[in-house]
Amino acid sequence: MKKVYSRPKSLRNVSMHYCPGCGHSIIHRLIAELLDEMNLQDQAICVPPAGCAVLAYNYIDIDMVEAPHGRATAVATGVKRVRPDNLVFSYQGDGDLAAIGTAEALHAANRGEHITVIFVNNAVYGMTGGQMAPTSLIGQKTTTSPHGRTVANEGPPIRVCELMAQLGGPSYLERVSVSSPAGVRKTKAAIKKAFEYQIKKSGFSLVEILSPCPTNWKMDAMASCAWIDEVMAKEFPLGVIKEVQC
Amino acid sequence: MKGKIVIDTSMCKGCQLCIGFCPKKNIFLSSQLNAKGYFPAQADTKKVCNGCGICALMCPEAAIEVYRDDEN
Ligand SMILES: Cc1ncc(C[n+]2csc(CCOP(=O)(O)OP(=O)(O)O)c2C)c(N)n1
Ligand code: SF4
Ligand code: SF4
Repeated sequence: MKKVYSRPKSLRNVSMHYCPGCGHSIIHRLIAELLDEMNLQDQAICVPPAGCAVLAYNYIDIDMVEAPHGRATAVATGVKRVRPDNLVFSYQGDGDLAAIGTAEALHAANRGEHITVIFVNNAVYGMTGGQMAPTSLIGQKTTTSPHGRTVANEGPPIRVCELMAQLGGPSYLERVSVSSPAGVRKTKAAIKKAFEYQIKKSGFSLVEILSPCPTNWKMDAMASCAWIDEVMAKEFPLGVIKEVQC
Repeated sequence: MKGKIVIDTSMCKGCQLCIGFCPKKNIFLSSQLNAKGYFPAQADTKKVCNGCGICALMCPEAAIEVYRDDEN
């Protein structure tokens, strides 16, 4: 029998600290598979966030420059400008990108920096214990919205792709989810496309990934996937939100 | 048999995504704890595996290797 799938080379052979069923682990694996398949391991530089993915540098076997909370797109801008021939991508959660890092993210997008952003939307602050994020849903109970988020108190969830689509800089914005086999395949294809945009120096690309946080959602992994498909994807419609031909 | 999977039980965290998504329902949880303290997934070798790889596609720990008969 022929081996048709095994652990990607760019993913270190160590156990990750993520909770069982966490979407971050699936997304790390997809990035590592693409680095292998596109032969990018030697030239990719990742800027990981503060958040559960803070230790990404222990897992994805490429160069990394750690950024303070929210500053990943600013750091990635600097890295890309001094090393324009490297593939530079930030990896950020929704607290990191859409709360403390909103200014950096929107301005990097508006400038059309030739970087890629992997934006992991799990509708909570995972690392710090499940506080409400800008992407938490209306009615969603979190440790800081114990009675459920309301429009009156916290405003509606921020749709990052749609917000960025209003700006001149971004070339490619797509929202996907890792909640089903088809979704995982689409996520990989979207990240590949975003990397290709960057390789062709075609401006700013961002892939928003709806990603399970079973621990803070207080659901098992399968129920988390169903919640993404049945509830979260209604607030955050999947698909290409902006695409400028490169 | 058209395919088979090999699960690295030391890496598995028992999330059950492979179990939930396997179209053949070929995977179950072992009753033996692994060193991490999880009940890892285990393939039922008596059942027919398509070698479709959906389990490996969903596995967050990249703990599953997939094999397939050459003819398929
Ligand atoms: C300047 C600063 N403020 C606050 C924190 C605390 N902090 C660490 S991670 C985090 C939010 C993480 O949430 P998110 O970005 O959604 O990522 P996730 O953990 O869900 O992947 C916060 C507020 C920090 N590290 N630095
Ligand atoms: S807290 Fe949530 S985001 Fe963080 S590792 Fe656990 S499941 Fe993943
Ligand atoms: S998907 Fe992976 S980690 Fe989860 S139970 Fe199956 S083998 Fe274990």
